[in-house]
Amino acid sequence: MLTIDQATYDGIVAHAKKDHPDEACGIVAGPEGSDRPERLVEMVNAAGSPTFYEFDSTEMLALYKDMWSRDEEPVVVYHSHTATEAYPSRTDIGLASEPGAHYVLVSTREHGNNEGPVEFRSYRIVNGEVSEEDVVVVPELPPAETR
Amino acid sequence: MAVEVRIPTILRNLTGEQKAVTAEGGTLSAVIDDLEANHPGIKDRLVEAGPGDGVGLRRFVNVYVNDEDVRFIGGLDAEVTDGDQVVVLPAVAGG
Repeated sequence: MLTIDQATYDGIVAHAKKDHPDEACGIVAGPEGSDRPERLVEMVNAAGSPTFYEFDSTEMLALYKDMWSRDEEPVVVYHSHTATEAYPSRTDIGLASEPGAHYVLVSTREHGNNEGPVEFRSYRIVNGEVSEEDVVVVPELPPAETR
Repeated sequence: MAVEVRIPTILRNLTGEQKAVTAEGGTLSAVIDDLEANHPGIKDRLVEAGPGDGVGLRRFVNVYVNDEDVRFIGGLDAEVTDGDQVVVLPAVAGG
């Protein structure tokens, strides 16, 4: 199950709508091992494409170094589909490289850049196996456990 | 010529869950061969056949030497010197 706060959910949806018809992509970082998606980072889609996304390699290194310095990991990896359903494509499955992350797919195929609901679904992708999970949107994440 | 190599989560099963390991070599290619000697299986995750008879870095694996994407500094022939930091990051990509 993915538990995500409303502001982060809205931020992902807004990013997907803004970049439509190209795919939008990014992550939500959180403390290592916490499963808390706390810090939304919108990434540039270096492919600039309606059918493919790829983090820019230089921007991606900066992102990971920043996360390492904060003891964070990518809790959510998200991208949008702009003409198809919010389900991982074969390419998504083949390239999935964060076995601990929630892979969020947003589909903007219904309303594009405009107001209106989107499909927002979450998956685990491990060793080529996809399993969908529930998404629970909360007003705010519960307080972090003291560690 | 020892360098530190940062290992991504998905390859840590090959390094005994270590986040970083040391390796030796004067080029990225030599560093990868040294990694393979100590962590068998890792080379195949980093390089693939081609172009021609040779091998090249896998398309969806990013390798950086001192923050430079090696694709811009010679690929597998990129020079590596003592104390350099090598980072391996699988591309975050899809369709």
